[in-house]
Formats: sequence, C-alpha cells, structure tokens
Amino acid sequence: MEKVRLTVYRSSGEGRGRFQEFSVPFEEGMTVLGAMRYVEQNLDTTLAVRWNCKAARCGSCAAEINERPALMCKTRVESLGMDSTITVTPMKAYPNVRDLVSDPTENFDISGRIPAFKPKKGLKKPWVFYERDVERSQEFRRCIECFLCQDTCHVVREHKSGYVGPRHVIEAAALDMHPMDALKRHVYLNREAGLGFCNITKCCQDVCPEHIRITDNAIIPEKERGADVFYDPLVYAIKRLKGENK
Amino acid sequence: MKPFNKNIGKDSEANLKAEHITADILIIGAGGAGLRAAIAAQERGADVIIVSKSLLGKAHTVMAEGGIAASLGDVDSKDNWEVHFSDIIAEGVYLSNWRMAEILAREAPGRVYELEHYGALFDRTSEGRIMQRAFGGHTYRRLCHVGDKTGLEMLRVLQSRVLHRQIRIMDETVVTRLFKAKGRICGAFTVRLRSGTLAVIEANAVIVATGGCGRLYMVTSNSWESTGDGAGLAYGAGAELMDMEMIQFHPTGMVYPPGAKGLLVTEGVRGEGGILLNSRGERFMERYSPTRKELDARDVVARAIYAEIEAGNGTEHGGVYLDISFKGRNFILKKLPGMYSQFMDFAGIDITKERMEVAPTVHYQMGGIRVDAESTATCIPGLYAAGEACAGLHGANRLGGNSLADILVFGKRSGENAAKYALGKRHNAIPEHEVHMESKRIASYLGRGTNPYVIAEKLRETMSTHAGIIRDGKELAEALGIVKRLKGDAKRMAVGGGLKYNKGLVECFAVNSMLLSAEAILRSALMRKESRGAHTRKDFPKKSPEWRRNIICRYSSGKMELSTADVPALPKRLAHLVKKEAY
Repeated sequence: MEKVRLTVYRSSGEGRGRFQEFSVPFEEGMTVLGAMRYVEQNLDTTLAVRWNCKAARCGSCAAEINERPALMCKTRVESLGMDSTITVTPMKAYPNVRDLVSDPTENFDISGRIPAFKPKKGLKKPWVFYERDVERSQEFRRCIECFLCQDTCHVVREHKSGYVGPRHVIEAAALDMHPMDALKRHVYLNREAGLGFCNITKCCQDVCPEHIRITDNAIIPEKERGADVFYDPLVYAIKRLKGENK
Repeated sequence: MKPFNKNIGKDSEANLKAEHITADILIIGAGGAGLRAAIAAQERGADVIIVSKSLLGKAHTVMAEGGIAASLGDVDSKDNWEVHFSDIIAEGVYLSNWRMAEILAREAPGRVYELEHYGALFDRTSEGRIMQRAFGGHTYRRLCHVGDKTGLEMLRVLQSRVLHRQIRIMDETVVTRLFKAKGRICGAFTVRLRSGTLAVIEANAVIVATGGCGRLYMVTSNSWESTGDGAGLAYGAGAELMDMEMIQFHPTGMVYPPGAKGLLVTEGVRGEGGILLNSRGERFMERYSPTRKELDARDVVARAIYAEIEAGNGTEHGGVYLDISFKGRNFILKKLPGMYSQFMDFAGIDITKERMEVAPTVHYQMGGIRVDAESTATCIPGLYAAGEACAGLHGANRLGGNSLADILVFGKRSGENAAKYALGKRHNAIPEHEVHMESKRIASYLGRGTNPYVIAEKLRETMSTHAGIIRDGKELAEALGIVKRLKGDAKRMAVGGGLKYNKGLVECFAVNSMLLSAEAILRSALMRKESRGAHTRKDFPKKSPEWRRNIICRYSSGKMELSTADVPALPKRLAHLVKKEAY
C-alpha cells in the first residue's frame, strides 16, 4: 500500500519543539488533515491537532504545510508530491499551545474593539436595499476566520507595530460597506489599528482559502479613505501598485 | 530538553485542583443557540459565561448552508405563520409539540429581522427585501439565505455582538458533568484544554446548547463536536430524553473521495432547481413523489435515494447524480459558491459542467433533551436546553431551515427564561466531595488503557450498519448488545498525555456521551413498532395511530427506563390549520 510520509512538529508548548516522523497509509483523495486524523486515532492519541468540520468551512485546521500557511483539510496529499515528506508545523504568528495547536484568541479581543455595526438613524422597517448594495460587503463575510492571512502577514508576525492584521481590516471593511451602517471605520483603522504599517505585499490574499481579495478590495480602499484624513506616505506607492493592477 | 510529553501525564492530585468561577448562568455551547441565549440573558441583566468545546466561531452552525425558515412573505406573499406551522406539524409526521411549532412559526420572522438589525446581510429580492428560496416540505419559498453560507453569516453576526457586549467566553473547554444541590442545578465541572487546567463553574442556571450527535455514524455531515454531549450531561443530571430514535438522514451528502464522504450538499441545490438522476439517467423522484419530486421532505427523498442505490441503480461510488449544471455558471457561482468550491477542492469536479454524486448522510437529531415549550426548561430546576440538543419541535422529521430558525427563537427564549429563574437566587454551593470525585474520574482517563478512538470506531460502525435509514428489530437488538459491551470497554478507557490540549482525553468524554445517546436511540427505535418520518422499520413498515406518541428515556435506579407520552393534542384554535393525519 502506498504510504504518506509526514514530519510533524511536536512540542509541549514550552521551549522549542522537535519533529516526529509518521507514515500513514494513503487513501484516494486524502487530505493532510485526513493523514493527521489517522495519526491521532491510530498512531499517537497525544498528538494535539485542532480540526472541526473537515470541509474547509470552519477554519480550525490552519497550519503551515511545507512552510506555507494552509488549511490541512483543503490540502490534498497528492498535490504535494507523493514521493516527498510533508512537513506540518503550527501557525507561527501565535503562541504555541502544544504540537500543531496555536492560540489565536487574541483575534477575538481585536474583533471586540472594532466599532460595531451601527444602523443609520431613521431607517424605515423592514429595511429595503438591493443585491448590488450587498455584494461588496458579502465578499468579506465569506471569511472563515482561519487566520492564515494573519499568520502569513509579516507585519503581524514580525513587528510589534500594533497593526491588527488583514482579517480585521476586512472585518471593518465589511461593516463600512454595509449599506445600512452609519459609521466609517477608516479613522479607527488608520489611527488605532495600524493600517499604515501594511505595505501591500498581498501575501494575505494569496493564502486566503476563501479567495477574498483582501488587499485589493479592503486594505487599499480603506487606506485611500484614510489618506484623505491623515497624510500617509504610502499612498503614492499604493497608487502605483493599483495602476499596475489588472 | 525534557523527553517529549513526559513532563505531563503524571498529574498529581496537587495540580488537579480546580479553579472556581461564578456566574448567574452557564451556557454550554457557542453555536447559534448558545450565543443567542447569551445575548438574551445578558440583556435581562444576568452575568453570563459561555463554555464551548471548540474554538469560538467554529461551532457546527457555520456549516448550515441553505437558510433560515421564516414566513416573511417577501417572495411568496401568501406565506404566513399559519402555513409554516401546518408544514411543521404535517412534515414532522404529527409528532411535534404543537406549542413549540406555533412559537417557532410566529417568532421566526421577528428573529430574522432582528438578525438583520444586528448586521446580517441576506441576499435580496429585486424589490430590495430579503430573498427567500424554496426548500423541501415548505409550501412557499421561505428560506432567508446568504448564498449557501447562511450559518456562517448568522454565527459571525452573533459572535460579534457577544464580543462587543463583553460576555465571558471560555472556549476550548469541555464540560464533564453538571452538579446539583438541593434538587437544583448549581454548576459544572470543566477541563480547559489550552491551559490544561480544571475549573468549577458555579451557576444558578445552565443552558445546554451543545448540538447533536451525528458523529455516532460513519457517514455524517456533522463536525467534530457533535457527540451528543448535551444529552449526556442533562441525562446524567436527571433530565429526560425524548424522540431519540428520530435521526435525520440528509438526502444529499458527498460520496467521493473517501475523506469527503458525508460532507453536506445543501438542499439549496434542489431548492434552486437541481434534479436527481439514477445511473440510468432517470429522474427517479417522479416515481416516488410525483408532485413534489426533489423537494419532498428529507425523509422521503433520503429513502428514495437509498432505495435506488439498493436496487442497483447507483453510481460508480455508490450514490445517485445531482445535477444543477444546466442553470449556468454565473447562477451557480452566485447562489451556490460553497458547493462549487467544495466539489472543486475535494473531488476535482466542476459542478457548473458536471453532475455531483450524492447519497444520504446523517445530519440532525430531531430528538434530545425534553423541555417545556414556553420556557425551554427541563424537569430539573435551573437546567435549560435549546437548539438541536433538545426535542419536541421537529417531531419525526425536520424541515430544512427550521433548525436555524429554532436556534434563534428558542435560543433567545432559553436565555430569557434562564435569566428570570437565576437572577436573585442565592448560589447553592457545589458539594465538595463531588468535585473531588470528578477530578479523580478525570485523572483515571490519563494513563494506560483502552484507546477511546477504537471504541468510537466500533460504535460508529455498529450504528451505521444496525440503526441506519432502514431498521429492523433483530438488528437493533443486536446493536444494543454491542453497545452494552462497549460500555464495559469504556470503563477501561485511558490515554497518554496530560490535561493540556489532550484530544484523546476529550474523546474519552465524547465516547461516554455517544454511548448514552446510542443506547437511547437503539432502545427507542426498538420500542417504536411502526415506521414514521425518519424512523423506518422493515419489520413494521406501516405508520400506526397507536404510535402517535413520544418515547421518553430517563435514568432510574441504575438503568435507562423508557416510557411513552401522548403527543399533546392540538387546541381548537390551531386544529383547523392542519390536515388530519392519514393512515
């Protein structure tokens, strides 16, 4: 029977971990999560791996596969080449809990600080608005909070700049683009949420499993709105980049 | 460096000390029902704490696809709560609690608008109102939706509200038992996975909002959490379980590849016009249900697909075909984006060009904890339940979209009623020796013993082969024997590692819950000597007027005791809305 070879990060959550090799029988259409579930059920029940839906809808099984941030449930083993060993490590942007599990709960604190949805005054009930009004916001609402964008963002990962990260920019943008919302969050984003530190490398939208165009449709528009309020030396670069866009 | 994982696992009594936390209300589960309950309870002035087994925002609610059933009449203006009510009663095959059905039908529209006012963005009609789609068993187009990701939208909106209201959340925390003192609920014992510590939560009221038990079966649309934990906890505290034999098989789950087997293919595909074909290319639903065809109730369509596969009309991978490709690419990408990527990512199939292969998958439990229709209270003072964890609303078959309506309507009610009960009461102290015993019980799962995953696997296999879509007395009895043996094995369960993020330990708790739910399902299924809704007996293929009764399981002197209760009779003011049951 064909085997899948895995190198899995193991740690107690304190200090540096180590890598452990596993070999798992291959099954047609097998995903990396499928292989990890085989390990946790049959080879080592102490392996800490977070997963829920197995269907790329909940975002629990975010990790780094061969150093690339990805959902384990959505990465098919064959796509990585059957003759090589697959390396699985936890998301690096967050404190490691144990093995492949890291602790992304700081994101919930950030969510709680983003100015909440606030309906415009004097709206007649039931609310009337149209499909064209909801499409822009709905794109961001597809976010499954896997936090892979946060994990891949070098500003979030390496600098203690106070930048809230791409997930939260689209969270704010989704509210800004809500047709019934009364607030504008670019002031919050640019003044408190460190949006200015994003230098638009688009890494976040490259790893998004929901293919949300985080940079193009949320970060850049919010930066531009902010630029009217605060002078931002990056605007020049953004404009250039946008010009080069399709 | 210390040898890996060797520093944990020998937990001494000392670090099995539990921290104490107090709240007015403890809510177990952070899905739609739990979060809605938390908001309602806090609005009433209660101090709330939410405990959830998964990370916040990952609850099974995010998997709900098709929509929320509510008779807004935005698309079909003739719709109203009375029609919705009669659909629930008739399609639940007259086993539903009429008062719960009435409450749901009346209050669902209000809850949908409320969710919109919380910030949810539903798809729109050309008049700018909330778009509603057709679903099986609903007389009118009734499901308010956001593409095929309605549950995600609902959960995010509620989650954001909970976070902004600064309601306390302990996620990735498992509740292992409920405590009672002087006959009423007084708290719960928990294991916090990320920190690997124990906590005792003192609360006057507990709301169980833990969802269902789909993981009792090999092929299921349910995620990791659905192991019947709520039923296990409530039953352990003395509450009654009802209608446990009623397990819903969703007609359409993925069949291929093996790793994706069971993943839900939303009823929205059929709601938007998709048709079912067997391997001979025949639209077989025309034979089984000439007028409603693909949009008959779920039990009917699931049995039809099952029968086609059994008759040898199945596809290569043991399913039937579901085709929506004729609707065109743009339509599909707008209305069913989740389905498009699910098939693309997992099976390499482009549903805008090709047919899907589907077969029934375990989806929902209609039964669960028995509650009072108005207040969601159980028979134990202080214990409430809402959502899939409780029984009564859906009878013998749930209509699509009614579960999202259920969790909003009864989530809110449970929060309000628990607050009414809990506020102003003095805390009953949790008996110290029970806390000690529970710590010891948890410690007993750490060490060498039977692998819980092996027991779970055997249980799933047993339930799938012996208590599936078509059942019979002999097989059910045999399964009950196996479950009894597995209960013995479960006494010797243990895993390596310590308390910190030990999924094996969590599986030990889950196995106990699953065994309890399995026993209740099997005993109830054996008792119900007829075929009704989701429960089909080969040896009793007809529906019987004698069995228009609910089966109730409760703990009594060391074993599970079963009894029946008449389905409450419809009052005069509602009776005229419902067609008389035909036999």
